[in-house]
Amino acid sequence: MKAASGVGAIQRRPRKRDVRHAVTVLLFMSPWLIGFLGLILYPMLSSLYFSFTRYSLLSTPEWIGLQNYSFMFTRDPYFWLAMRNTLWVIAVGVPSRIVFGIFTAWLLTLPRRGSRVYRTLYFMPSMAPPAAAALAFILVFQPSFGPVNTILRGLGWHNPPLWFYGPNTSKWGLVILGLWGIGDAMIIFLAGLLDVPQQLYEAADIEGATGVQKFRFVTLPMISPVIFFSTVIGVIYGFQLFTQAYVTSVAVTGSSVTDVASNIGSPQGSMLFFSVYLYEKGFLNFQMGYASALAWVLLVITMACTLLIIRGSRRWVHYQGGGAFR
Amino acid sequence: MRRLLGALAVFAIVAAACTAGGESSDTAATVNPSGSHEPVTINIWGAWTGRELRQFNQIFDGFEQKYPWITVNSDGGVGDQKIVAAINSGEPPDVALSFTPDNVGQFCASGAWQNLTSYMQSTDFDVSQIPEGALAYTSYGDSQCALPFLTDTYGLYYNSDMLKKAGISEPPKTLSELVADAKKLTVRNPDGSIEVAGFVPWFGYYEFTPLNLSIMYNAEWYNADGTESAIGTDPAWKQMFQWQKQFVDWYGADELRRFVAGAGNEFSTSHDFYAGRVAMMLDGEWRTAFLADEKPDLEYGTAPLPVPDDRASDYGMGPMYGTIIGMPRGAPNPAEAWLLLQYMATDTDTLVYMANNVRNVPTTFAALDAPDLDVTPQFETFLDIFKNPDSHDKPPTPIGSADQDILSSFAEKWESGQETDLNGGLSDVAQQIDDQLVQGG
Repeated sequence: MKAASGVGAIQRRPRKRDVRHAVTVLLFMSPWLIGFLGLILYPMLSSLYFSFTRYSLLSTPEWIGLQNYSFMFTRDPYFWLAMRNTLWVIAVGVPSRIVFGIFTAWLLTLPRRGSRVYRTLYFMPSMAPPAAAALAFILVFQPSFGPVNTILRGLGWHNPPLWFYGPNTSKWGLVILGLWGIGDAMIIFLAGLLDVPQQLYEAADIEGATGVQKFRFVTLPMISPVIFFSTVIGVIYGFQLFTQAYVTSVAVTGSSVTDVASNIGSPQGSMLFFSVYLYEKGFLNFQMGYASALAWVLLVITMACTLLIIRGSRRWVHYQGGGAFR
Repeated sequence: MRRLLGALAVFAIVAAACTAGGESSDTAATVNPSGSHEPVTINIWGAWTGRELRQFNQIFDGFEQKYPWITVNSDGGVGDQKIVAAINSGEPPDVALSFTPDNVGQFCASGAWQNLTSYMQSTDFDVSQIPEGALAYTSYGDSQCALPFLTDTYGLYYNSDMLKKAGISEPPKTLSELVADAKKLTVRNPDGSIEVAGFVPWFGYYEFTPLNLSIMYNAEWYNADGTESAIGTDPAWKQMFQWQKQFVDWYGADELRRFVAGAGNEFSTSHDFYAGRVAMMLDGEWRTAFLADEKPDLEYGTAPLPVPDDRASDYGMGPMYGTIIGMPRGAPNPAEAWLLLQYMATDTDTLVYMANNVRNVPTTFAALDAPDLDVTPQFETFLDIFKNPDSHDKPPTPIGSADQDILSSFAEKWESGQETDLNGGLSDVAQQIDDQLVQGG
């Protein structure tokens, strides 16, 4: 009996300790756990459920199966328009930001004096609130009296672009706005450039490499993890582009607040991006069931694109020490 | 996998249960105004801002005098999205005010704004004191879930000096007269760009919208029972878009787009009409208050909107839709909320005060005829448009403004020349609206 009770005692003690340990761990994790369950998992699963319903935000959701998804792919031309616009801004905006970010970072490696001042100056635009920056750009690129077109006219261009007011130029305005706020990408590229071992350049010099060859065969491979990171983040942010597009498309119409829904995507639908369309459907047309379906399609597409980039990265991303992103 | 599906199902059920739903009660909570009551504060949320909000907030003094146990707390700058979110969260205001009558269909059909019929019946609310046109855009189906609180009508504003200088003695009454006068009034720069536009027929230029133009053409939005779009079948739509495109082409679409890009903000002193960039424009009656406040020295006149030449007898009518008030589902003090709704919708002094200050059209017969209603010649035009039995709005639907969004999208492509197949385009618009009606939320 003694032996039996002794064995039992040996078994119980660790259990108590385990439970206490688990409770302690849970207590320490609880701030994150509560946030994750209440603010991420529950809303996500709710929106997944809503995506299979007709739900106007105003009444009880009504289960309709896959109808929202089939409508989206077969009968909604604005879904495809929003997708095209979003892919355009990713295809043009992400490479532009990377090239411009590397170029700006490279420039900032050159000064011997005052480099910190230059870095601060170049970084500052990225701290501007997106809505304020968008409104400022509308004024700067205002076709009639904005400084950009005034300069262009002074240079002899009689009909300079309409920028945010023209369907063919509005997205370019957004890309330029993105380049102006390049600071966040630039600072990462700068860190990457400064991290390239000098002995590699010295070895290249001994081999007689030109500047272009050094950039192509030393710098680019060494900063490829940073480029990879910027690409992934750029694509994800590109799919989520909202504030600048929403503010500009509503502001350029200059119309009353009651017409906001009709003005979204102006001019001529050129600024109708995926997230903007999702917002219009959910919060202006009160079609939350459909908006939830759009959100899940957006998530799946974003994940698919990210996975494709990660897969492709094995061919062109080089890690010091030979590691790879898996 | 089975466990995962089970967990998802549980979450779905929980999500559905947690979603604020339920329908409104049909029983009216009433209160005897002459009895003694505990003090209560009721909340009203609305879209007014700035000067208009300050003036609006004055109306509650009279209400609080009449019902001394009630204090009204008014919050401005609140859009429909916030009101809907508050309804869903179970903490709505007692009374909601919206500038978007397009949402009446959704508010009424869903019960998000309570059907006021039982309140009206239990208090013998005299609905005949409100013109039918104003009641039309405050109800949907069997539900009278809103009441009008002032309305907007749309007419033609013209710069008197500019018309006089161009030798035009009176504002245009037909659309062909409008085009002819606009051509006389338009001034171009040496490079061909527009310096002053006679009238800007570009959709999205201030209040010149497909909706307002469709009412000038009396174009039908839906068939008789409201189940299908009539945009693809009513010939008025084709005439309307053809007229508009011809007018745009006279200016040149690119030139007009460039001109519109330089327009001043609609709600600022840089407005084109103030600056003399445009001689005539379509706008609502509230502009008379803005002009009195921001550009008092401008010599201008107002008139009903011109109508198609073959329907000259319709002259005098116009678009009419305005501010709506209602009681959200779950309003904490429904009896007091109904007192406030009645007061706002029918108290003559209140409506006259607002009409005299905010310059919106009062929405009862008594207020329209009140001797202290300040009727300037410019404002009188809009009162007459309101009284015209042919003035109307598009019928409310359960898809809110989605029909206008779809039409506006087509209109932008049409006016710029990107879309050239009018018949096909209008049929597509009708099909998309029909799809939305089926798709719903």
